[in-house]
Amino acid sequence: MFSLHGYGPSIFEGTILTLEVSLASLFIAMLLGISGALAKLSRARSLRLVSQIYTTIIRGIPDLVLMLLIFFGGQVFINQLGPMLGYDDYIDINPFIAGVSTIGFIFGAYMTETFRGAILAVSKGQLEAGTAYGMSSFMVFRRITLPQMVRHALPGFGNNWLVLVKTTALVSIIGLDDMVRKAGLAAGATRKPFTFYLVVAINYLLITTLSIYILKQLERRYSVGVREF
Amino acid sequence: MDLSIIIENLPIYLTGLKNTIILVSISLALGLLLAVPLAILRNYGSPLVQLPIRAFVYFFRGTPLLVQMFLVYYGFGQFDLLKESLLWSFFREAYLCALFAFTLNTAAYTTEILRGAIKATPHGEIEAAMAAGMSRYLMVRRIILPSAFRRALPAYSNEIIFMLHGSSLASVITIVDITGAARIINARFYSPYEAFLTAAVFYMAITFFIVFLVKKLEVRWFAHLQPQSSKAAIEAPP
Repeated sequence: MFSLHGYGPSIFEGTILTLEVSLASLFIAMLLGISGALAKLSRARSLRLVSQIYTTIIRGIPDLVLMLLIFFGGQVFINQLGPMLGYDDYIDINPFIAGVSTIGFIFGAYMTETFRGAILAVSKGQLEAGTAYGMSSFMVFRRITLPQMVRHALPGFGNNWLVLVKTTALVSIIGLDDMVRKAGLAAGATRKPFTFYLVVAINYLLITTLSIYILKQLERRYSVGVREF
Repeated sequence: MDLSIIIENLPIYLTGLKNTIILVSISLALGLLLAVPLAILRNYGSPLVQLPIRAFVYFFRGTPLLVQMFLVYYGFGQFDLLKESLLWSFFREAYLCALFAFTLNTAAYTTEILRGAIKATPHGEIEAAMAAGMSRYLMVRRIILPSAFRRALPAYSNEIIFMLHGSSLASVITIVDITGAARIINARFYSPYEAFLTAAVFYMAITFFIVFLVKKLEVRWFAHLQPQSSKAAIEAPP
């Protein structure tokens, strides 16, 4: 049952693509998460409102629907926009970009909540002390908030990452050659779908298990200097 | 935006809504039914019993729901023994395959939620139950489970919403749920905004309805934790 009929390298390529999509989405999600968290905690009402709408909408809509909306809708949008800007050829949306931006956008909302909680966990007295030393608010953020919020953000961040990796399986639906789609192609050719999907499942387990190990190490590292009870 | 497409094709969305609700509610109910004994055994069973439950939870929480669904829908056909047995009439149906995969998936997540909730039972409650002479079974039924369900409710409400969102994957294996309806409309009229935004509105409405119901349930289940003053205000005649 466990002969891969020469499709091993193909599945491996898919695994690399899955990792690329995951890391690229994570990058976008972290940028959106930090901005979202700062917006949620800002004094400007409009910023708070926008970030609140963002996180509420994302939590209400399934990932797949958003992805199809961005993939198919984005296609129509760009091709309506193109002629207006004097560009007449038909533009294809790259599924990699559609997938990464959707997943980044979705997990940006979850990261927003994680980072917001982590920023709130940094004690206020320290921020006041920083201001009292004459630091600018950016410097207070960079020197005091950021290094300390990492410790509080790590558990939530780790959870989000694990869910994100599994969500990347959806990009196979919009035609990206990640490991799920590669397995589907191999399954079609060899009539061994169970074998190939099981291999992919094991790959996901390996990625998540390795991630959990690394996250544990990071948590330990960032908790240095914190008293353990 | 051309809303007339949506209004004319509303019946497709309503079929989708029906299928989504059936899929989600049946898999959640069966999943919970499976999860309760599994969570109890995971806490109190012998290590030999715990091991397969741990493996089950580890597998289903560590792999994407899409892959699990493909393993059932496409994968099971690989086994001739299964194909020749009576079970095949079950696994031949896309609908039942999705239901099967969703049920096991939510069972694994719910087991983990309940395991944590059971583990967090205050020692005092267990000691009191033992002091009152309760048998192990009676203690689980009367003391541990009710208090664990309360603690598990916030996490479980998240699981309900995840399952609702996860059910959109059923559209990938030809099932006409809400997302499936949107895909049909998009393919027929090439109108992605109308098709998928309508689906999004449907999902949001269900999500907020679930959140509302859970809030109501929380008020009821946590009534004993409400501050006295608010209780007095409720009881006071208008």
